[in-house]
Amino acid sequence: MPSPKRDAAIVGIHEYPSRDVEGRVSPLQIKAECAARALADAGLGWKDVDALYDAGDGGMMSGLALAEYFGLHPNVIDTTMVGGSSYEFHAAHAKRDLAAGKARVALLSYGSTSHSNAWAIGVGARGGAGVPMPADNMEGFTGMTLVSNYAMVAHRHMHQYGTTSEQLAEIAVATRYHAMRNPEAVAAMQALEFLDIRETTIADVVGSRVIADPLHLLECCMISDGGGAVVIAIPEVVRDCKQRPVWILGSGEATGYPTNGGDFTTSAALQSGRSALGEAGVTPAEIDIAMIYDSFTITVLTILEDLGFCKKGEGGAWVEGGRLRFDRPGGPALNTDGGGLSSNHPGMRGIFLLIEATRQLRGHSTAQVKEARLAVAHGNGGMLGSRHCAGTVILGRD
Amino acid sequence: MAEPTRPLPSLKELDTAPFWRATKQHQLQFQRCDDCGAVVFHPRAHCTSCLGRSLSWHVSKGLGTVYSYSVIRQSYHPFFKTNLPFAVAWIDLDEGPRILSNLSGVADPSRDVRIGQRVTVDWEDHDELAIPLFRPA
Repeated sequence: MPSPKRDAAIVGIHEYPSRDVEGRVSPLQIKAECAARALADAGLGWKDVDALYDAGDGGMMSGLALAEYFGLHPNVIDTTMVGGSSYEFHAAHAKRDLAAGKARVALLSYGSTSHSNAWAIGVGARGGAGVPMPADNMEGFTGMTLVSNYAMVAHRHMHQYGTTSEQLAEIAVATRYHAMRNPEAVAAMQALEFLDIRETTIADVVGSRVIADPLHLLECCMISDGGGAVVIAIPEVVRDCKQRPVWILGSGEATGYPTNGGDFTTSAALQSGRSALGEAGVTPAEIDIAMIYDSFTITVLTILEDLGFCKKGEGGAWVEGGRLRFDRPGGPALNTDGGGLSSNHPGMRGIFLLIEATRQLRGHSTAQVKEARLAVAHGNGGMLGSRHCAGTVILGRD
Repeated sequence: MAEPTRPLPSLKELDTAPFWRATKQHQLQFQRCDDCGAVVFHPRAHCTSCLGRSLSWHVSKGLGTVYSYSVIRQSYHPFFKTNLPFAVAWIDLDEGPRILSNLSGVADPSRDVRIGQRVTVDWEDHDELAIPLFRPA
């Protein structure tokens, strides 16, 4: 494999363990605890942080509010907010800023109490809320829910390529298989009162009730509380850190939205993936770990195709037979922490993709792939069936 | 308490207000760029193909094809939860625009809607505007 410039590495991570804080902890408190623990994981402190990245958890002026809350005076502030893909964008921007010499240590953090707040996201969501942007003003009257938005991509994928619900279910089954090996994921499912906490079969998934045709309940992510933090540093800092560095080898960003006559079975991941893989100088076949935003099964299937793991339209057949399990050859291990489907989804899951990819490349996952060397973290923000953002980050160990 | 209603578009949003005002007369309008001829939809004051800022309004015949759809079986919205199940669909109008709407006039949306189905506009009247639903053509 070619060796792209190693100018920024993930050196600290932390994932908030609880998925139900019962209203006793605020999102900001979750962020601060995760940030402190991620810094400790790296062997660094607040004073080392000189670049701050945030997706708006700190309110309207989160770059300022969060700097004060953490007690920082950063040289670089980036409050890019592109939904669940924000943290892949932040990692990409941190690498760029660190490589340009603007800062030495970057801090990313996330905190949410979606579950405690009973926010209407995921399965419980309705569309059409908020300030009417022009596009929203054209679509809000339909009552399109978040699930139905993604479900329309699934229907079209089935129509165009013959993809089946059983094939989509493979993704949920593999993810649950991994979740059952992660004690925090099992505790999450217990805290959120999942009815039947065990490894699932394809029949279980397609036998669960339909939320929005053709997507079933077990194809939809959970709605949890949670948060996390990631610390990224330059090589001079990396040398003194406690953990094995996980280098950011390449990144890509892209947008997708409805176009007249367009094909929405291809997502923005095609563009962001090409950019990231190209910069890293790697091919999908070389990638051991695929951390792909699993809001729904169709999200993963679409993105696997767009990133080039298989040809467009062949994803259904490609995922058959448990190929995505951590203990099976022939494909990358998918969402080895249990994913948004079975471990952690407080609304913007992107940060956990970086965290679990880092665990794998350190050798610390609960579904560890032997000798894992390369990972992709792909965040999808917004809604796949209308407008969405894609952030791809390629990660590698020494 | 008043009966829950469908959330209606705002007539104050400047890009889309002309579209919605025309619905009052049951006109389904879309824009074409005067300079390059591109269809622009959703409505905007500028062309997204060339740099043109001169767009003309045209009236669609209201005929189109279902590009994709979903049948919504769970909703927490006070209006929509009383109308379950119902179908949401992207519809490709014959003139080019792709519009999001609901399917009307189908007894069972899980059996009576399919991708590729021909549909025609079916207006739902409100005080200041009408909502373009679509029913099988």
